[in-house]
Amino acid sequence: QCRLNVLITNFCSVSFFPQKNGISNGTLYKKTFIEHFEQAPMYVAVFTFVGFAVGTIFGYLRDFMRAWGLEKRNIAAEREQQKDFVPLYQDFENFYTRNLYLRIRDNWNRPICSVPGPQFDLMERVTDDYNWTFRFTGRTIRNVINMGSYNYLGFAETDVNALKTVTIELKKYGTGVCSTRQEMGTLDKHVELEKLVAKFLGVEDAMVFGMGFATNSMNIPALVGKGCLILSDELNHTSLVLGARLSGATIRIFKHNNMQSLEKLLRDAIIHGQPRTHRAWRKIIILVEGIYSMEGSIVRLPEIVSLKNKYKAYLYLDEAHSIGAVGATGRGVVEYFGMSPDDVDVLMGTFTKSFGAAGGYIAGKKGLVDFLRTHSHSAVYATSMCPAVAEQIIRAMKCLMGLDGTTQGLQRVRQLEKNTRYFRRKLHEMGFIIYGNDDSPVVPLLLYMPGKIGAFARRMLEKNIGVVVVGFPATPITESRARFCVSAAHTREMLDTVLNALDELGDFLHLKYSRYSKSSHPELYEESRLELED
Amino acid sequence: MAAGVGQQWVLVEMVQAFYEAPAYHLILEGILILWIIRLLFSKTYKLQERSDLTLKEKEELIEEWQPEPLVPPVPKDHPALNYNIVSGPPTHIITVNGKECINFASFNFLGLLNNENVKSAAQASLKKYGVGTCGPRGFYGTFDVHLELEERLAKFMRTEEAIIYSYGFATIASAIPAYSKRGDIVFVDEAACFAIQKGLQASRSNIKLFKHNDMADLERLLKEQETEDQKNPRKARVTRRFIVVEGLYMNTGDICPLPELIKLKYKYKVRIFLEESLSFGVLGEHGRGITEHFGINIDDIDLISANMENSLASIGGFCCGRSFIIDHQRLSGQGYCFSASLPPLLAAAAIEALNIMEDNPDIFQTLRAKCERIHKALQGISGLKVVGESFSPALHLQLEESCGSRENDVKLLKRVVDYCMNSGIALTQARYLEKEEKCLPPPSIRVVVTVEQTEQELDKAASLLKEAAQSVLN
Repeated sequence: QCRLNVLITNFCSVSFFPQKNGISNGTLYKKTFIEHFEQAPMYVAVFTFVGFAVGTIFGYLRDFMRAWGLEKRNIAAEREQQKDFVPLYQDFENFYTRNLYLRIRDNWNRPICSVPGPQFDLMERVTDDYNWTFRFTGRTIRNVINMGSYNYLGFAETDVNALKTVTIELKKYGTGVCSTRQEMGTLDKHVELEKLVAKFLGVEDAMVFGMGFATNSMNIPALVGKGCLILSDELNHTSLVLGARLSGATIRIFKHNNMQSLEKLLRDAIIHGQPRTHRAWRKIIILVEGIYSMEGSIVRLPEIVSLKNKYKAYLYLDEAHSIGAVGATGRGVVEYFGMSPDDVDVLMGTFTKSFGAAGGYIAGKKGLVDFLRTHSHSAVYATSMCPAVAEQIIRAMKCLMGLDGTTQGLQRVRQLEKNTRYFRRKLHEMGFIIYGNDDSPVVPLLLYMPGKIGAFARRMLEKNIGVVVVGFPATPITESRARFCVSAAHTREMLDTVLNALDELGDFLHLKYSRYSKSSHPELYEESRLELED
Repeated sequence: MAAGVGQQWVLVEMVQAFYEAPAYHLILEGILILWIIRLLFSKTYKLQERSDLTLKEKEELIEEWQPEPLVPPVPKDHPALNYNIVSGPPTHIITVNGKECINFASFNFLGLLNNENVKSAAQASLKKYGVGTCGPRGFYGTFDVHLELEERLAKFMRTEEAIIYSYGFATIASAIPAYSKRGDIVFVDEAACFAIQKGLQASRSNIKLFKHNDMADLERLLKEQETEDQKNPRKARVTRRFIVVEGLYMNTGDICPLPELIKLKYKYKVRIFLEESLSFGVLGEHGRGITEHFGINIDDIDLISANMENSLASIGGFCCGRSFIIDHQRLSGQGYCFSASLPPLLAAAAIEALNIMEDNPDIFQTLRAKCERIHKALQGISGLKVVGESFSPALHLQLEESCGSRENDVKLLKRVVDYCMNSGIALTQARYLEKEEKCLPPPSIRVVVTVEQTEQELDKAASLLKEAAQSVLN
């Protein structure tokens, strides 16, 4: 029996007691930095494993029945002429997809047919054969509250006045560019956009790319190569991991947001040099994100910058989710912590989330951006950004900076902050386990058990609310969650509707695992001292 | 009681054996026992790893280490820093660096960049959906326009299913690693474009390059692989094999010999991935690409990938093929799952462009005629040779004789290009990342033919190039 305890403890130490975050050096922070990663009670872990075990057993049973012809095979099959080729997929690779993901797959890839604003219209989709195929009934579910799209500042809108300049540019330029940046694809619109991005961030120069994912995967290999060291956070996005792998440098992972782990890696790297030859490293670069989209945590920027200065490393900050969403005027985590953009060597971000467009940018010193203009894979081989999309970014940025003559931009940032605080506070009071920083608009709500993933998403849709649920492999296998993205366009009524629905559903599905709801331990939850003027 | 007797008896036997054993045996066993006792009581032994450095020495090492600068300085006259800035849309008449020219540099083969119907379709979509999709395909980023575009593409190419990506480069670079993993074998043409090279690098498979368009070389490699397989049949049964080729090669303008490839496919049991960025909307009677050009059944090709940035004058890319193959990318294509989806206005523009392609099948014939015309007109320029098929809309003009160094060749070609630009024809050099390409093509000028260019303009361009070559190269 004590062996069983040790086993569970070992499993839990892998998933439930992660050594994330470590101990923070509070003196570097100008305001309180509160993050929560509460662990669930032990019975939750047990039931989660039981749930996966049941699913796996039934999966084997179904595979057996399909192999013996007792059950119909619904999957597409290889061509007759190619049956003797080496099989393209191994059966065990797809086991999880076939037997676990397929059962609840109606909760993903839901098609919509309106602008992804605070409310949208879903196309009604039914399945006659347990999720193997879908059929559209032709009806639309109207005005579903959108808690899933990355629309932090509410710039995904169809208001005619707001899109006036975009319409004009679309008429003038058309949709394509048909050439790469270095050949005939640099339009005056791109130059205008790059100047504006540099001004917005307060840096010397910037360069824009057509896709956010590709910005990382094509520029990291240009910056580092063999003989360099990349220190990357445990929970970095796939694009950062792909870029790091394609570069050919050595990669070492430090625990999520844990400064002691990072410092240890830095010291070991400089003292011992490259493995086996002990030559000095050419350069060391630290890859972190501003807000981590699955955890809702904000990077500990002041500590990382002090470490980077002490050990002469370089910092690459991916602000995909944090640009526009945090900071007093929406300029990202650098402003949030009151630091200067010169502290970060490479500022990277995307325009998909807060600006309602598409694409990415890299900003920093002029030398860096000039190097990227000449050596980035995207500048030489990939088509440049569509000019109409560039115009959307320009108008959204001008609105944020106040250059259009209104205070609408600042109002949006304030509204987002208010909405985030309110939403998180209420969820804590209700007793759910929420991860992440109090100021992050990404709110992961933990579900843990696989059965609840499907139940939660389907029931919320019945109540006319669209949520995003995530399970393995995007999250650790025992920590499935629902992820809410708060938007500045959400009104108080919409948030209240969602909160009431969550309350009901939380009781029905027994999701309120938190042992500390605000009413019982008020001292754990200090309201931030940043009072907002209305 | 009986156990006690049994035990005593065993003990007696043991003592007897002790007395009967030879002396060397006892001595050896004694030494071994002493050795074990010594090991048990000695201190644990750590691997020597410079852990004997003192704290002061460590601090000194940290103090002394100097990294390289983050980026090396770039010389101000680097050719890529002085790029062309286009004011206004890059259509048939293009304003480059303030000067109006006829556009021979943008891949706008079917002239759809300035098409009014395409623009109004995009406008209608903008009014309805806004600009961005604010999410990846899995999380409310799937719009009805995406589904419609996928259906239309599948129907147009006469395959079962199609999948769209939001960036042309990412299409083939995400498709290859979704199927080919570590340990699999990929035979790829030497002149494959950079996106394919990156896809192969991300897949970590064994890459075997065969000489450009040389089927004999490919067959030799396949035969070698066959003999390898016979040595280890168990491993061979799980190693997947692929051939990756392009329809019309971007770097050389050649066409790939698809019928022979199909024969090799069935003989050696390898799957074919075809990259049709330049041939989609160009080859074939209806613009369906190289399979229509050669009259091959499209199901014989496992995966066709193309980008929508050339003929369709939009942004993004698509893959099409049988559902068995394409469906896999919906969960394992990295550029599909982890990236925001294509903005709806671009998808609507692509649908309208497809409509135009279906309604006007004679533009392909017109385009091919224009390509033939300029191909003939450019023959015989002293100092420059034409590289590419006669029906390829993207040609290269390379120097017949190199000056010695690549840098000087590039400078010389720049002068030719500048001469043409000053006289009203916009051209560009083909750009490559010199250090990153596996097989770097020689420097060249890119000449792109579009359906909008009139015959006079084609002739003017040819004669201007002749003049430029005369004055610069002689």
